[in-house]
This record gives sequence, structure tokens and C-alpha cells, in this order.
Amino acid sequence: MMTSTTLVYLIALPLAGSAILLLAGRRSDKWGHLLATGLSASSFFVGLYQLSLMLGRSNSERPITQKLFEWISVGTFKIDASLMLDQLSICFVLLITGVGTLIHIYSISYMSHDADRRRFFAFLNLFIAAMLLLVLGDSYLNLYVGWEGVGLASYLLIGFWNQKPAYATASKKAFVMNRVGDMGLSFAIMIAFATMGTVSFSGVKAAVDHTSTAALTSIGIMLLVAATGKSAQFPLQAWLGDAMAGPTPVSALIHAATMVTAGVYLITRSNFIFDAAPTAQLLVVIVGAITLMFGALIGTAKDDIKKALAASTMSQIGYMILGAGLGPVGYAFAIMHLLTHGFFKAGMFLGAGSVMHGMNDEVNMRKYGALRKFMPITFATFGLGYLAILGVPPFAGFYSKDMIIETAFNSGGAKGIILGCVTLLGAGITAFYMTRVMILTFTGKSRWDDEAHPHESPWLMWLPMAILAIGSVTSGYLLSHGDALVNWLSPLFENHAEHAELLSPLVVSGLALAMVAIGIAIAFIKYSRNEVAAVAPTDVSIFTTIARQDLLQDRFNEAVFMAPGKVLTAVLVKTDEAVIDGAVRGAGRIALGSGSALRGVQTGFVRSYAALILLGAVALVAAIWVVTQ
Amino acid sequence: MNAANYLYLSALLFTIGAVGVVIRRNAIVVFMCIELMLNAANLSFVTFSRINGDLNGQVIAFFTMVVAACEVVVGLAIIVTIYRSRRSASIDDASLLKR
Repeated sequence: MMTSTTLVYLIALPLAGSAILLLAGRRSDKWGHLLATGLSASSFFVGLYQLSLMLGRSNSERPITQKLFEWISVGTFKIDASLMLDQLSICFVLLITGVGTLIHIYSISYMSHDADRRRFFAFLNLFIAAMLLLVLGDSYLNLYVGWEGVGLASYLLIGFWNQKPAYATASKKAFVMNRVGDMGLSFAIMIAFATMGTVSFSGVKAAVDHTSTAALTSIGIMLLVAATGKSAQFPLQAWLGDAMAGPTPVSALIHAATMVTAGVYLITRSNFIFDAAPTAQLLVVIVGAITLMFGALIGTAKDDIKKALAASTMSQIGYMILGAGLGPVGYAFAIMHLLTHGFFKAGMFLGAGSVMHGMNDEVNMRKYGALRKFMPITFATFGLGYLAILGVPPFAGFYSKDMIIETAFNSGGAKGIILGCVTLLGAGITAFYMTRVMILTFTGKSRWDDEAHPHESPWLMWLPMAILAIGSVTSGYLLSHGDALVNWLSPLFENHAEHAELLSPLVVSGLALAMVAIGIAIAFIKYSRNEVAAVAPTDVSIFTTIARQDLLQDRFNEAVFMAPGKVLTAVLVKTDEAVIDGAVRGAGRIALGSGSALRGVQTGFVRSYAALILLGAVALVAAIWVVTQ
Repeated sequence: MNAANYLYLSALLFTIGAVGVVIRRNAIVVFMCIELMLNAANLSFVTFSRINGDLNGQVIAFFTMVVAACEVVVGLAIIVTIYRSRRSASIDDASLLKR
């Protein structure tokens, strides 16, 4: 593998930006956001430069590596802090730095009224650096450092307005649920080290052949646990909705385009493990299918525009995970959907931020309506993202999502038919809830509060939205034209035999479009023909109530994990008070008691002391006499 | 004469001294009782020296006398000082450390 000396700049630039902004403090308030944006952009240009170098090399020489320093050296076990850039990483590098830079630009305007804008940009840069480390690490351990880094940045940014207790709680919730997933990743690393003696990607890949299936399955399941935590997949998905407490650019960058897709990256990167562990692979598919429906159903009931988009993110990542679980044939499609999703979902989140910007930070879609006339650019960019996520040809989602649906149908047997139907149904529900978002926000009559004065956002905000909208339109075609992305990624994955085709691509597209049309039609009948209430109606069916409460996921977690935990801590507190504190206090009480008892002896009379001495001496003599007799 | 008789006398003197220390209140009398006990011990030393036929006991008796002399000097000085300040030589009155 070729070595490089420039890879480190990808990470070093944003990391330096974060350090400078945090260390310089208020002094950098004036220029901090410009520096951060500039460094993020320069990291993007380094990425483009690397891509141009990579394109100039032959397929097998494309991956490059750079050793930074020797990190751990214990006997024969050595781990270097090394970076590796291959065909998969470069996709992520460009997505992270590209979308990241656009969101930096957007945030300059969006956060301009915030006194802590500099700190916000410092955290954004920290996130970019950590996410790049995640995708550039050449071993699971290096990846783990980035994995934790993005978790930290996510926590800091969700709780950016931590003066509101609910937001601070949301960031804590995200962090704690992510820790559960992180534990899965650390277990996977430990199992890999115990059974294979190595944790580098290349080493593990080479060791797969002579490792037991049981070990591979357990590594795979642990990696899946890690992915569910970071990517908000069932059963660790409950944090994503609350994570919308963060500023909207954060939701766009971290909780839509990049960080939450780290799970997909992890599974795709570990393709050699999952290919050799069919049970773990099946679990991946099941998790993806469940989350896909889960997120879609939650999305139908949310009135908060950001939470509706978050549910949609959950559902779309479900598609990616499902695609990644379908084996060699699905990895490239999962990554393709990830990239197109990065464009259209980030664009829609920025659109939602633009709407909030014009509506006094109102997030309730029932208080929007008729914004099309007041925010034409936001409407246009959001609308293009909407068409892309629906999968209307020729927009991006049409290429990426239909590929996953098709792959699901063709994965063979009953599994293929079930998965195909689930993904088709998911596409229909997606069309329903996204149409609902569009209708409630942009059309119909206005239902604003009196003090709302909707207006179009400044150019610094709509420019990134426009660029992302262009990506939403073109990325799908560009990536799938002549199987560009599939061929680009093919050296990473095992070659696969073609499955027997159950349905042809044309039939799949037709079915998907039919489902989408049905979804749109239902949404129109339900929300466009009737007047929408400005206050959410309460006389709704039990299903709506459940969906509004995130399908009772929080209730479940509270009943199953929190309640026993509370009982356990209550018992531990009682034990601590009774046993530990009791022992300490008891020792004190014994000393005090014996002290006050003995105090009676101290009369202050010399004669009583003399009598005691005499008594003692007599007793001593008597004892000696008894012993020596 | 039987040497054991000296030991009986020594024990008797010591007991008188010890009981005197415990039951008397006058500091001077208590002091004299202490002297009595020291001398009872001296008598025992000398007797044992005689019984064993060596001079160790006699030497120790001299040491005891020196210690007793020193003790008298210090002790009497303390008693006189207490008497001056409190106009009393009762040792029960000087139980101020209790409070």
C-alpha cells in the first residue's frame, strides 16, 4: 500500500481550528467563524486533491496510508496511530468536509445572533476532525477514538443551549444511549483482539478465514450494537428525536448527514466479518427493516418539523443498514443511499432551519402554512429535497432507494419478499409523511402566531441550501451512471455471484412509484382538502397517540431499564446508609461511648489515682504469683 | 536472727505507707508515707543482699536514697508553693484538673 504524508492535514486543519477557537476564547469572537469555515473548506480541498491523486492511480494502488506515530507497543503487539484513505473513506471524507463546509457557511448567518457563536464553530470543527478520524482510522482502535470524538461533539452541540434544562437533558440522553452502543464497539474490539490478536482492518480481514464462526458472529453482533447506538437504530433509537434540541445546522450535519451514518460505515467497513457471519448479517437486516418502519411511523405523527425530519432520518438510515445487511451486493447501494441522503436530508434540515429563522424559532408545523409565497427559495430547495427523498425520477433518491428495494426483493426466498414489501411500504409511508410536512409548512392557509413575520433567509443561508438541492437532484444520477460508485467501491468487497432476479428494475421502480403516489394521495386527501387545526387534535386514534410518543420507546426504556435501575440505586443507597455509613458511625459511637464511660475514672483526686496504681500493682503481683506457682 | 523477719517488717512498713497514701489528705503526711514505702523497699533490698551474700542490693539501696532525696526536694517545693497559693495542704483541694 502506498504511503502518503498529506493525509494528516485532513484532520489537523479542523482540529487546529477547534483548538485555536477554544483557547483564544472571546478574543476570537470577531473572526472565529471565518477561520473555522476556512479550515473546514481547506480540509475539503485537501480531500479533493487526494481524490484527484487517487483517480490517477490504478485500482489496486488507490488505497494510501500514513503512519502518524507508534501508539501502543506491548511485547509483540503493536498498534500505530495510522490513517488509511481508500475508495470508501474518500466518499465519506468528501461528504463530511463538503456538507460540513456548506453548513459552516450556513451557520455564520444562522447563529449570528448568538453570543456564543465562536464556541459553536469550535465544536463544529471538533466534530469534523473527529468524524474524519473515524473514517480514516486504519484499525478498529483508531476508529474508536473518532467514534468517541463524534459522540463528544454531538453531546456538546445538542446541549449547546444548555441553559434550557430540557436541552441539557436531551444531550445527556443522547450521550448515555450512545455509550450503550460504544460498549458494543469496545466488546467487538476486545473479542477481535482475543481471537485474532489484531485489531487493524487488514489484519482482521486476513484472519477471518481461520477464525471460528461463533467468534465472528459475536464480533458482528457487537458491531451491530455499536451501529444501532450511533446510527439511532432499533432498539437504541430513542435519542435522535430529542437530539433535535441542538441548533438546526447541527441537526443537519451531525444528526442527518454524517455522524448518524457512522453505523453504516462501520458495517460496510467490516464487510469481511459480516460476509462470514450470516447470523449477524441477518440481524443487521432485521434491525434495518424494523427501524425503517419504526421511523416512518413516528414521522407520520410528529408536528415538530425537526422531529418529523429526525424520524425520517431514522427511517432512511434503516434503509442503509438494511442494504448493508444484504451482503456484498448491498454495500455499495447502502453507501450510495448514504451519500444522496447526505445531500437531500441536510438540505431539508437547513430548509427547516430557514423556516424557523423566519418564524421566530417556531417548530410546530401546525403554526406554519402558506410559507411558499414568503420563502420561495426555501420552498424550492426543500421541494427538491422532498422529491429526492420520495424517489421521484430523476432525483437522487430514485436511484439509491430503488436500488435497495430491488436488492431486497432479489435477496432470495421468503426473506427477499418480506424485505421487499417492507421497503416498498416504507417508501409509501415516507411519501405520506414528507407530503404532510410540505403541505403543513408551505401550502394552505397561514396559521401563524400574531408576532410571526415570515421572510426569506439571507444569501449566506440559502446558498448552501441551493448547493445541497443541486446535489439532491444530480447526485443519484452521477453516482449510478454506468455503475460509477459500484465499480469505484468494488475492490473493497468480495465479488458476488448474481442472484436470480425476482423482479426486474423496471417493475421495482413502477411498484415504488405506485406506493409513493398512494402515499402522496392519502396525504393530500387528509391535509390539503380539510382545514388543518392550529392545535394538535386530541381526539385521535390510539395509533396516532402511540406514534406521537415515539411508539412508546421512552416508556419501554423507562419501564424496563430505568425503573429497575432506580430500584437498584435506591437499594444501594439504603445499603450504603445502613451498612457502610453504619459501620463508620458505629466505630465512632463505640469510641465516644467508651470514652465517656472511662471519663468517670478520672476524678482529679490524687488519692484515687494512687489507689488505682496500688490496685494495679497488687493485681500484677497476684498474676505473677498465680503464674509462677 | 531469721532474715525473713526483716522482710515481714518491710512488708508491714510498705503496707502502712501505701494505706497512708490512699487514705490521708494532708500532703505532708502523704509525702511521709511515700518515704516510708521507699524505705520499706530499701529494707528489702538490704535484706536480700544479706541473704544472697552479695552487695548488689546495698548498692541499689543507695540509689534509692539519692532518688528519694531528689524527690523530697522537688515534692516539698511543690507542696510549699501550693500551700502559699491556696492556704491549704489538703491534696483533695488540689483536684483542679478535673474541671
